[in-house]
Amino acid sequence: MLSVVTFLPLLVCAVLLTSRTLGARAYVWVWIAAAAADLALVIALWAGFDTGGGMQYEQRLRWIPSAGVGYHVGVDGLSLPLLAMTCLLFLAVAVYSLRETRRARSYVCLFLFLQTVSMGLFVALDLILFFVFFDLSIVGMFFVIAGWGHGERARAAAQQFFLYTFLGSLALLLGFIGLYLAATPHTFDIVDLARTDPLAGRGAYAGLVLLAIGVGLAVKTPTVPFHTWLPPAHTDAPAAGSAILAGVLLKMGTYGFVRIAMPLLPGSWRHYALVIVIVGAVSVLYGSLVALAQTDFKRMIAYTSVNHMGYIVLAVGAAGTLAGSDAQARSLAVTGAVTQMVSHGLITGALFLLTGVLYDRGRTYAIDAYSGLAAHTPRFAAATAVAAFASLGIPGFSGFIAEFQIFTGSLASRPVTTAIAVTGILITAALFLRALRTMFLGHPRLPQTTPAGGITDLSRSEAIPTVTLLAVALIIGIAPRWLLDVIEPAGRALTGLVAR
Amino acid sequence: MNQNLTALIPELALLGAAVIGLLAGCWLPRRRQWYVAVLAAAACVTGLAATAVTMATGGEQTVFSHTFAVDTATDAGRLIGLGSLLLVIAMSVETVRGHKRETEFWVLLLMTGAGTLALIGANDLLTLFAAYLLASIPAYALAAFAKDATGTEAALKYYLMGALLGTALLAGTALLYAAGHATLYRRLLATLPAAPYGLVAVGLVAVLAGPLFKAGAVPAHFWVPDVTQGAPAPVAAYVTTLPKIGGLIAGYRLLHQALADTGVNWPLLLAILAAVTMTLGNLAAFFQKSVTRLLAYSTISQVGYLLMALAVATRSDLAQKSLLFYLAAYAATNLGAFAVVTELPHAQTLEDYRGLATRRPGLTAVLVVCLLGFVGTPPTGVFLGKLEIFSAAVDGGATWLAALAVANTVASLFYYLRWLVPLFSTTEAAPGEAHAVLGTWAAATAYTAAALSLVLGLAGGAVLPFGAGDLAP
Repeated sequence: MLSVVTFLPLLVCAVLLTSRTLGARAYVWVWIAAAAADLALVIALWAGFDTGGGMQYEQRLRWIPSAGVGYHVGVDGLSLPLLAMTCLLFLAVAVYSLRETRRARSYVCLFLFLQTVSMGLFVALDLILFFVFFDLSIVGMFFVIAGWGHGERARAAAQQFFLYTFLGSLALLLGFIGLYLAATPHTFDIVDLARTDPLAGRGAYAGLVLLAIGVGLAVKTPTVPFHTWLPPAHTDAPAAGSAILAGVLLKMGTYGFVRIAMPLLPGSWRHYALVIVIVGAVSVLYGSLVALAQTDFKRMIAYTSVNHMGYIVLAVGAAGTLAGSDAQARSLAVTGAVTQMVSHGLITGALFLLTGVLYDRGRTYAIDAYSGLAAHTPRFAAATAVAAFASLGIPGFSGFIAEFQIFTGSLASRPVTTAIAVTGILITAALFLRALRTMFLGHPRLPQTTPAGGITDLSRSEAIPTVTLLAVALIIGIAPRWLLDVIEPAGRALTGLVAR
Repeated sequence: MNQNLTALIPELALLGAAVIGLLAGCWLPRRRQWYVAVLAAAACVTGLAATAVTMATGGEQTVFSHTFAVDTATDAGRLIGLGSLLLVIAMSVETVRGHKRETEFWVLLLMTGAGTLALIGANDLLTLFAAYLLASIPAYALAAFAKDATGTEAALKYYLMGALLGTALLAGTALLYAAGHATLYRRLLATLPAAPYGLVAVGLVAVLAGPLFKAGAVPAHFWVPDVTQGAPAPVAAYVTTLPKIGGLIAGYRLLHQALADTGVNWPLLLAILAAVTMTLGNLAAFFQKSVTRLLAYSTISQVGYLLMALAVATRSDLAQKSLLFYLAAYAATNLGAFAVVTELPHAQTLEDYRGLATRRPGLTAVLVVCLLGFVGTPPTGVFLGKLEIFSAAVDGGATWLAALAVANTVASLFYYLRWLVPLFSTTEAAPGEAHAVLGTWAAATAYTAAALSLVLGLAGGAVLPFGAGDLAP
């Protein structure tokens, strides 16, 4: 069942590759149908999911037994919400892409490929399977940025993105090899490794493995100081690409922390928890401060991603601190971290799609170039304002639920760093409010680059995906139980593994 | 003494086909000389079938006073070597069709292929030397096959390096003979530990010169870029693939079977050679403009990764199967890339590949698979090879080498991307004639090799066990 969900997009992609006669719109419609079908399947999975049942829908096949590699997939409370978020975001991006006419077939195929890769990563329960999807996501996104980004600059950004994240992925691979060699018999299976904890009591060796895995995931997340690939990649990617990059691909790093680093290396994780917490707090503050200094709207949002990912790192670090906290607080932090992954995917996905609209209308992302847009485009202004407020974490949206849990869960064990990190919210609020004021309020003024005929408001294919994403974020914000019921048992199980 | 000639069917098939082909070539009219190509392909298929039978029936043995071993490494090496030779033959079809020396091309290819197979099984220093000569001399002639200025220069350089390092190999043989009173690996294994340290060390380094030359590893790599660029593309594909298979397996067998217990610290020597080879190959590839030169330096860096397995030959159980699997994956990937280069004879610089994706989507797909394969992106075969070889290095205590290999992999990405990115460029595509294709055989080879490279990654589980198994003493 999980394999069907995972490989359905790739199958559609293969079918599309053999066809030649469809028009650009038809390809996108096929994509929308595929994404919708996949979402329906994931909803069915969710309906049949037993919240307290641990790993479910498992499938285990022999793949490369002599290398200790197997095809092993399954979902639990940590991965199912991300799987659903991924599906929803891809569907939203598909609807949004109805306007895309440049080389539609390759475009649609690439995104279908990326969807399979992203979902595969969230269901993978084998380190090498995880790595395969991790690496292929880089390849797919490289072609999206290089092929549909903004001109020659995009190719440079794509190259930088590839080199940087590939370095991270190879560090990750070294860490995986370290885990593999430590286990007897040698295996890459995540479930087996989590059960046996092969690196318990292996001091420096375990530390090195955690360093390799941590650096690999930190690059992908990204946390300070490994974030420098992110702003150019986001800025020069097409809007749909940015939405997937921020919404899904960044989660691969943070998901790796809760799926691999914490349960497989509990001893080292506890030992170096302070380092992780500090890296998280620095990411929060640095990301928001640099975002504050941006004049480019898309770049600003890119930096807020560094800030939001920082909260997650802070929470997972705090969950590794046993002193001064009880199990409930730690599990609350983990639950908050996973909720934040889902929430950030929805909200930032919507924000990036909206920046795409902005660029489409005015041909620039410069905040100063616009003024009084609300008068021309009330719907666009309203959607952006809602997304911005959701992103800065006001109550009523998923971001608030997530951040509230993260801070409550982390405060007991790491009061000082957490208190410092909370100020990140304030800075985020300031920068979003400043951008909203400059662009949407005041005297109406449009950039020189605007095409003749002025600016039009959100069209239907732009409004439906963004509003849907924000609506789901709102639902989670108001009635989060259905989501938290799934995440909490898994969060408790994870903190139990870390504390052993 | 075991003189079982049937154990040598693959080698004898190639030699027999070479002799028959040479005789037939004297009588065949020029437009019928392709019969020899069919004969060559048939010899390869015979060899593959014989190898399959050996593997299925467990016919592992040593023949002719143990000077030639038919064991796991030989079987795997024969499969990889003969498979690669088939691909090289297929991609050469259009290049030499109707050439006035067509027969000679096929015969030389068969002879040097037989030499490569002999290198793989050599279990004695003198067999190693004979195989070295048989593998090298026809290859010098092949490098100059086009009889143009660049080809002649390349062949001269190739020949001089080969002659020099062949002499070193022979001198090293003499030294090891003096130290261990034998040339047979199994005897050396017993006698060398008691031999004078200096003699063994110098002898080992001198003997290693031969396999390193065949593999194109630093410091014996100077011929690689010139020959790759100067020789016709299928010959370049040949010299960057098959001799490496022969050289590396020969080196592995030598270290593992003859020098395992000596006090000489050859693991460190090999580790340093691996480190220098991969780094130098990568750095030199960075700013190449010609695709063949870029591929040449890329093959040097790949040999660096392969040498990691030799460095931990006796220290990790993973070394042998990782070496053999990586060789298979590398051969498929490298031949795929060269088949594309052969198919597009007018595209010689990276600039000439601009916009290929819209004109030749199939060949572009092959290049994407092969170049990303070189980097080690899953799910290609080289990825699994790298995974295994890195694991072997870490397992064998050379974690620093694995880390350096990872850093090198990232660096290599840079120049592979320099080739990949222009493929998808939509502005200023190269003029149409740059993308003119040669014919169906080279294209079919490209597709086959790329498919093999992918299949090796996806179905590695079925292939990897072939590399495990003890070497015959």
